Amino acid sequence: MNGLISLADMKSGQKGRIVQIDGGGGMTRRLDALGLRVGKQIKKVSKQLMRGPVIISHGNTRAAVGFGMTQRIWVEIEKL
Amino acid sequence: MKKILLIGNPNNGKSVVFNRLTGANVIISNYPGTTVDFTQGKMRIDEEEMMVIDVPGTYSLNAGDKAEEVAVKMLNSGDIVVNVVDATNLEKSLNLTVQLIKNKKPMIVALNFWDETKHKGIAIDFQKLEEILGVPCVPICAVTGEGIKKLTERLKEAKTSKFSYEDKEKWHVIGDIIGQVQKLTHHHHTFMERLGDISTVPVFGIPLALVILFFTFKIIRFIGEGLIGYVFEPVFEKLWSPLLLKLSVILGSNGLIHDVLIGKLIKGEIDYGQSFGLLTTGLFVPIGAVLPYVFAFYLILSILEDCGYLPRLAVLVDGLMHRLGIHGLAIIPMMLGLGCNVPGILATRILATRRERFIAVTLLSIAVPCAAMQAMVVGLMGKHLVFGLSIVYGTLFVVWIVLGVLMAHLVKGTSPEIFMEIPPYRRPHLRALLKKTWIRTKWFIKEAIPFVLLGVFIVNILYTLGIIQFVGKYTAPVISGVFGLPKEAIGALLVGFLRKDVAVGMLAPLGLSLKQLIIASVVLTMYFPCIATFSTLLKELGFRDMLKSSAIMIVSVLIVGGLLNIIL
Repeated sequence: MNGLISLADMKSGQKGRIVQIDGGGGMTRRLDALGLRVGKQIKKVSKQLMRGPVIISHGNTRAAVGFGMTQRIWVEIEKL
Repeated sequence: MKKILLIGNPNNGKSVVFNRLTGANVIISNYPGTTVDFTQGKMRIDEEEMMVIDVPGTYSLNAGDKAEEVAVKMLNSGDIVVNVVDATNLEKSLNLTVQLIKNKKPMIVALNFWDETKHKGIAIDFQKLEEILGVPCVPICAVTGEGIKKLTERLKEAKTSKFSYEDKEKWHVIGDIIGQVQKLTHHHHTFMERLGDISTVPVFGIPLALVILFFTFKIIRFIGEGLIGYVFEPVFEKLWSPLLLKLSVILGSNGLIHDVLIGKLIKGEIDYGQSFGLLTTGLFVPIGAVLPYVFAFYLILSILEDCGYLPRLAVLVDGLMHRLGIHGLAIIPMMLGLGCNVPGILATRILATRRERFIAVTLLSIAVPCAAMQAMVVGLMGKHLVFGLSIVYGTLFVVWIVLGVLMAHLVKGTSPEIFMEIPPYRRPHLRALLKKTWIRTKWFIKEAIPFVLLGVFIVNILYTLGIIQFVGKYTAPVISGVFGLPKEAIGALLVGFLRKDVAVGMLAPLGLSLKQLIIASVVLTMYFPCIATFSTLLKELGFRDMLKSSAIMIVSVLIVGGLLNIIL
């Protein structure tokens, strides 16, 4: 799909909308508990060295997402 | 007695609300059959005494981790639900609220951080929210206490909501509610928000973490040394010593009872480092030398915890920690372990799998020196402080990394990835902060002092019976051959099993060289954890894993001690 990028590959500061989550029920439930779901607008705040977690913000919430999980969350980048 | 349950997301100020509602008599208990702790206390409304329970923070009632399972079970046993909601974060909070509503318990909603909504350009019509949800909604600011009175007044209005919705429509329904009650106006990011974000960007965050850790230890030493130099030592020297000297005369200046209680007089005076009686060294080590550091440590750690820094630290170190088979959150038990290993080991319960817990507990008990141990080592190094400590800490850090990497490859099982909320920086609430520091310090007093006294007592007995000399003779090959220590050090190593601080204290009169001091400090840290830690280890890991952990410990202490002896 055009313009689709994994959360891991997003650049810090970029905004986008979650369009797909490639994970089992467990991962989807964990994400959902913090309000992260398909359709949600997010912004990548920062990433860490050594394939550490990615920090994203959605609304007033900030969350740290493990690197492996970020490779399975697909985002459509918001056009400026 | 009626049970009031405080339920809400983690980091939403629930504990401060709990502190406001309840008095001083607060009990922390373990939910039966789990590793989840909860706090309970009592409050009085119109002459009726009620039990208030601070349920472990949870984001939802079905995500399936242990804290959430416990929350669901506790929910069924409660009479009134107080749902604490983060008003600055309505969407995430209402996710739990709408699930609680389905539970059909009398409920009331407390909208916390009401003051913050104004800075963040959020306007919430709480009366409208009350209308929609059909349960009382009270805006509060737990830190300042605003709205708490109103909350207690309206507790009796708590009722079961008639609001209903389809599960699959959940987010739609929440979005709908928010659309009706919340208005956002544009706001510029506050300084704290910017700082919050920027401290997770490595280029800025890592130097910041180093600065914070540096000052953490500076401040701990400042408070610790200040308390010792200006309060504890003068009290012991000026008030306690004269009393003991009188007692010494009454006891006849020698004999078994005198030696056990007072120990040896050094040049006719009491020397708290060397006399080694129950009432001299036995009381001075835990109270005069160690307690001030433990207090200072827990105070600073609680500040870092309550202002929201620790999760950011966890994120920064997560990449490194993954190489050790644990994730970033394991930094919290490690830091707690620097105070005392026992709460550190208990805190590994935040890790989800058995593998992570085994690795974290083993690393903690082998390579993380407790405050008691560190305080005594600082005293022992004297003028070689900086050099000696650098080698000791440097060695332990390398051991921590190498052992971790080895275990990450060898220990079977899985380590899940980090996924957690990063709360905004917030000003800690002083009373909640002091209460937490006090609970932790009290715990040290209760656990440590009896063991120190027992340790000193046993040492005296063992010396009198000649057992230490006997064991010393047979373990001399290891002690002097491998570690290069004099065989008198065996006494310290034996006592180290009871209390590390007492053991380090026993090294003082031996006149060790700097090299021997360094080796002894490292060996004492790494080899058998003190008995309190050991019993916790056994309880938390079970017998088989405890044996495995101990085997790893024995092998590594022999290798590291031997290597140091060769290299230095």
